[in-house]
Amino acid sequence: MDNNAAAERNIRTDIPYAIEMSHITKEFPGIIANDDITLQLRRGEIHALLGENGAGKSTLMSVLFGLYQPEKGKIFKDGKEVKINNPNDANELGIGMVHQHFKLVEVFSVLDNIILGTEPTKMGFVSEKAARKRVMELSNSYGLNVDPDALVEDITVGMQQRTEILKMLYRNNNILIFDEPTAVLTPQEIAELIQIIKGLAREGKSILFISHKLTEIMEVADRCTVLRKGKYVGTVNIADTTKEELSNMMVGRDVKFVVDKEEAKPSDVVFEVDHLTVKSKIHKKNAVNDVSFKVRRGEIVCIAGIDGNGQSELVYAITGLEKPEPGSKIVLDGEDVTKKSVRYRNTHGMSHIPEDRHKHGLVLDYTLEQNTVLQRYFEKEFQKSGFIRFGRVREYSELLIDKYDIRSGMGPVTIVKNMSGGNQQKIIIGREMDREHDLLIAVQPTRGLDVGAIEFIHENIVALRDSGKAVLLVSLELEEVMNLSDRILVMYEGEIVGELDPRKTNPQELGLYMSGAKRDKAGADHAEGGERQ
Amino acid sequence: MIFLLQKTLIFTIPLLIVALAGVFAERSGIINIALDGIMIFGAFVGALGALLLRGNPFFVDHNQLTFILAMLIAAAAGGLFSLLLSFSAIKLKADQTIGGTALNMLAPAIALFIIKVFFSKDMLEMQMAPDSTGKMTDFGFVILNDDLGPVGSVFFDKAYISTFICVALFVVLSILIYKTKTGHHLRACGEHPHAAASVGINVNRMRYLGTTVSGCLAGLGGYVYIATVANGTASGAVAGMGFLALAIMIFGNWKPLGIALGSLLFGFLKCLGVIYSQISIPINGQDVYFLRDLDLPMYFYNLIPYVAVLVVLAFTSKRSRAPKAEGIPYDKSARESR
Repeated sequence: MDNNAAAERNIRTDIPYAIEMSHITKEFPGIIANDDITLQLRRGEIHALLGENGAGKSTLMSVLFGLYQPEKGKIFKDGKEVKINNPNDANELGIGMVHQHFKLVEVFSVLDNIILGTEPTKMGFVSEKAARKRVMELSNSYGLNVDPDALVEDITVGMQQRTEILKMLYRNNNILIFDEPTAVLTPQEIAELIQIIKGLAREGKSILFISHKLTEIMEVADRCTVLRKGKYVGTVNIADTTKEELSNMMVGRDVKFVVDKEEAKPSDVVFEVDHLTVKSKIHKKNAVNDVSFKVRRGEIVCIAGIDGNGQSELVYAITGLEKPEPGSKIVLDGEDVTKKSVRYRNTHGMSHIPEDRHKHGLVLDYTLEQNTVLQRYFEKEFQKSGFIRFGRVREYSELLIDKYDIRSGMGPVTIVKNMSGGNQQKIIIGREMDREHDLLIAVQPTRGLDVGAIEFIHENIVALRDSGKAVLLVSLELEEVMNLSDRILVMYEGEIVGELDPRKTNPQELGLYMSGAKRDKAGADHAEGGERQ
Repeated sequence: MIFLLQKTLIFTIPLLIVALAGVFAERSGIINIALDGIMIFGAFVGALGALLLRGNPFFVDHNQLTFILAMLIAAAAGGLFSLLLSFSAIKLKADQTIGGTALNMLAPAIALFIIKVFFSKDMLEMQMAPDSTGKMTDFGFVILNDDLGPVGSVFFDKAYISTFICVALFVVLSILIYKTKTGHHLRACGEHPHAAASVGINVNRMRYLGTTVSGCLAGLGGYVYIATVANGTASGAVAGMGFLALAIMIFGNWKPLGIALGSLLFGFLKCLGVIYSQISIPINGQDVYFLRDLDLPMYFYNLIPYVAVLVVLAFTSKRSRAPKAEGIPYDKSARESR
């Protein structure tokens, strides 16, 4: 099997490693980010780099890119030792990277972005003719379909990523690093990307694939190096391993992929949405169109759907971030809260894990402890005659740090901006779950997190349900939807097109609803008078 | 009519060049709210330069050369002065709005201080000066061409050499920022400095470049303003032209063509406030001074451009799109937020 893969991918084991990072140690004040790590990348192979948030993947890549200088260790390219002092050195050695957050100038065209920094010039003026030809050739030969004249801000995330890949190929890079490339893509785009990456490897490019999604690693990689808490755990052949073994190496213990949960015992209705309509800010149609549903105590109701079908606007309206159209009604604990403020909803039983943690979840320039009391600083517990009781805030944040395993450089006084995404998310999760509430609205609570953290969050959500709270989950991940929910509502173009029981359905059927190929008659039991269209 | 257009052009030129100054700084990622201050500083040093040059007998009889040299001196002074802004913004990562405000306060203070202490006057005047025979004469920067047709006179009669230089500069720099490698890199730094850095562009260098070019242009604009519009007097003020230029830059969406349009519009309005009483239309063979005859206070006309700024910005700022990274200090190790 391994041999077959090697033959198909044209992996060269007879020549020195394309890149070898040997015994790299990189320390920061108070923390060893990389402790004696070795990474060996063969020519033409797809090598996955696996590790939890904060395991040291980013640091290792920053060392390879010359952003950091390691205290110990050497880097070899094709068997020769090299010094990489800055990103330009890396570029010259043919190392290119597709960053998790794309480094594209939004108001430039695709072509301008690809040639940025290495623009060919004629008499001092940028001459795009030759560059365009070259880009189109590359685009055709690798199946990287882009429109060179479109502005980056107007194209899909998938095309932006292809632009990034073309940027590397245009610079003749032969060591390609993909940092969490699938985090922002739809399932179809992921499948396409995996084909592209395999094609690149066949052409002799060496590929480093950074991810914590095991399914993808199993599908695309030849070998995998695992890091844990800054230490090197090992390198394995994908053909000889299993998902379970990889996750064990990454987390240091066995991880359950299926959430253990008992049958739901839904009781009285906590939350109700009635004929909710929200206008779209982008197009003329309604973003949310006449949606009605109920959530009961002790159940997890999941809104499934492809991104951009009105889920965000639905949540904005429910949480008070956006005004719904007249005639909409939102009922929490028997009380109509449609016109109430965000704070009123917060203090009357609604918890919200927002979709965009930077925009709606955290004040990035505040400290960890300040962020834990964002919705509560005015309560008696944390405030006395207008002054914040800092001691109490500190105590409370330490409690959350402990309970939800929030890791940071300086504890409660860490500036949140400097924390990793996973730990930022844990602050929000902890804060929202710990607050007094009856309904938890969790929007993509595990976005960008690793398996260990996902397992932890899923367990907490189920525990919350079992303690009699109602949970409204909005997720784009099919696996999460199938795993966690007790009831699935599928949203398509702003409407609920189907209600499914996760025990009686399968991902294929769910996919049909999500793509609009199949729909129930106006969600019979939750919306009266469902005469639509 | 010809008179009105001539005057409009004179008011337009400093606005045009200073608004372009704003574009260079902001497109590289530095908010330059100090345009007004840099104008004042450039105007003051330029006037000082012109007066000192007149001390040399050679320049007494070469007015146009003196004028051009003074423009260069003003530009250099503006460029140097703007280093205060770029240094605080880039090296010290200070808040750029506050840094710019400091420059705005510093410039008139320096200018007035030096004028009062060394010249014992309230303003520097360079319109009149003694010629080689010792008689006070007009500096004579204006180029006179009486025998041109109506179209020609708008541009070439009673014109200043600075008008042609500034228009040429505007065209050349506009092409530069869009069509050359450096222009490309500069704009990338104002939009997404991390993207620029990742392909080997030196973000700080680009930002210094943008701000310095901006300073030179604003200093030049300041001198052109006092030499042409303000009757050759440098007094530590440019009548808020720098802020007007800033507004024009926003109105013009940080693009040269929009700026040209905005400068013409506001140049016209500004000029209206000054010469409204001299505008006439012939009716039945008689010149009718309809604006003067309205008998409104002059302040009403002086007010127009500033009210227009408020109105125009209120309507256009919604669709205006500032460079995305402007005002944010570049920190190469910062985690990017989405």
